[in-house]
Amino acid sequence: MIWNKQYECMEREALQKLQGERVKSMVKRVYDTVPFYRKKLQEEGIEPGDINTIDDLKKLPFTTKQDLRDNYPFGLFTLPQTDIVRLHASSGTTGKSTVVGYSHNDIQMWSEVVARSLTMAGVTNSDIIQIAYGYGLFTGGLGLHYGAEKVGASVIPISGGNTKKQLQLMEDFGSTVLACTPSYAAYLGEALAEEKIDRRNIKLKAGVFGAEPWTEGMRAQIEQLLGIKAYDIYGLSEIIGPGVSMECHCQKGMHVFEDHFIPEIINPDTGVVLPYGELGELVFTPATKEAMPLIRYRTRDLTRLHAEKCDCGRTLVRMEKCVGRSDDMLIIRGVNVFPSQVEAVLLEMSETKPHYLLVVDRENNLDTVEIQVEINEQFFSDEVKELEALRQRIRANISSTLGISATIRLVEHGTIERSMGKAQRVVDKRKLQ
Amino acid sequence: MIIKQLSVFLENRTGRLTELTGILAENDINISAFSIADTADYGILRMIVGRPEPAAEILRKQGFAVKITDVIGMIIPHSPGSLHKALELLSSNNVAIDYMYAFASGECKATVVIRAESLQKIIDVLMEHKMELLQEGDVYQV
Repeated sequence: MIWNKQYECMEREALQKLQGERVKSMVKRVYDTVPFYRKKLQEEGIEPGDINTIDDLKKLPFTTKQDLRDNYPFGLFTLPQTDIVRLHASSGTTGKSTVVGYSHNDIQMWSEVVARSLTMAGVTNSDIIQIAYGYGLFTGGLGLHYGAEKVGASVIPISGGNTKKQLQLMEDFGSTVLACTPSYAAYLGEALAEEKIDRRNIKLKAGVFGAEPWTEGMRAQIEQLLGIKAYDIYGLSEIIGPGVSMECHCQKGMHVFEDHFIPEIINPDTGVVLPYGELGELVFTPATKEAMPLIRYRTRDLTRLHAEKCDCGRTLVRMEKCVGRSDDMLIIRGVNVFPSQVEAVLLEMSETKPHYLLVVDRENNLDTVEIQVEINEQFFSDEVKELEALRQRIRANISSTLGISATIRLVEHGTIERSMGKAQRVVDKRKLQ
Repeated sequence: MIIKQLSVFLENRTGRLTELTGILAENDINISAFSIADTADYGILRMIVGRPEPAAEILRKQGFAVKITDVIGMIIPHSPGSLHKALELLSSNNVAIDYMYAFASGECKATVVIRAESLQKIIDVLMEHKMELLQEGDVYQV
């Protein structure tokens, strides 16, 4: 089933014409209402009149996460506060949060793309969907919620955590669809086995999982543990939240809702647009957003786009699972973590620059982080209680700054390999799966 | 009366302690006493050695984190009840001890290495009670 055939199966030529019109009017709008963009375009010598077709998109400058931070909180809004009906924000792990505002129409559009996404996973108004994404500033819970309501499914807005209750409601209410992060899905699957709940009492058939990187191996595991088909959903709050793209039953990449979010793949070093099929950084222009459209937002996610028509009948391009980042950001249990933040925390704690290594792994389907910190003589005390206090202090500072709990391992000076070029700060063992 | 103790940070890695004792052996550094305080990830090696300052330099050059700490060596008879008596003396004088370790030297005497905030206070208490204290000359190599 397809939620919106008109747009999801549009001929490419017609789609590009539509995209061109939407970009044209959006550029004019931001030029008129956002001083940041007006200045930026003027500096590039671009006037709104220069943008007429989708091919003109590549003339426009990029927007980065830093631009969002620099304009914190409302600097990129095109609408007055009276027209903003929702605010979402990132956790602000690197200092200022990135704030995104939504107009009433934005919420409608978001619901529409999530409705399309859920339909791809086979969700209809006969389904009972258990939404175990977090509700709050994070876009996962509410994003899925409105889309599920639009489809007409019965929503259980349980939010994340409280595993026993999750299982109980799954059994008592007969949830047919589960939406949460893949790591939590795997955890729920294991808990289900442990609680010795009769699988015949569980009616789940599909899962909509996203917000963190996961492997095909993990998909197989979740599918086996929960007895469902697991679908991948992609999104980022800067664009809309979940529902930027979604996998159909063919599971050959995630269809990007291109009538709203115009994707490009660029060479992250040169900014040059790459053809379909080539690996590069994903860039989005959410041209239909009212409250906070962005021009060519650099996601930093590395992936490929494929334009061949899908067997499901949709003409929308498909993006592969992201294979990494063009910066060094890690996503750990859904939290964005930059190794440089760890460095900043450690630097604050000592006069000298410490050497450290982040070891990320996955145990029982949950991400684990170990931070190895070299002990230098400044740090070193000959009393265990002092060293343990130091370890606790590092742990607490990491936790309050980055929002993740990490194991701190004190290692000897010189243990962490020095390299001549860019320091190797991260060992991500999750990729080895 | 104050003795210089070497403290070294050691990761729990096979052979690491052997590397360290090898370095000391090569440099003709005698070890009179040592103890290891260990945790799951690392240990703190504390040693009374013949030449603390050069030993520290040598180990530092080999990449070890080394610290020199003042301790005292309380000498007690190597006999039942002596340690208890000595400790009672210290606790009744409100001396808080951070850590200690001991070695019996010969048949009749034992030495307890003590680290505390106020080493001078311990020295005073022990002297007052005519107890023997390890002298630098007893352990340092010349």
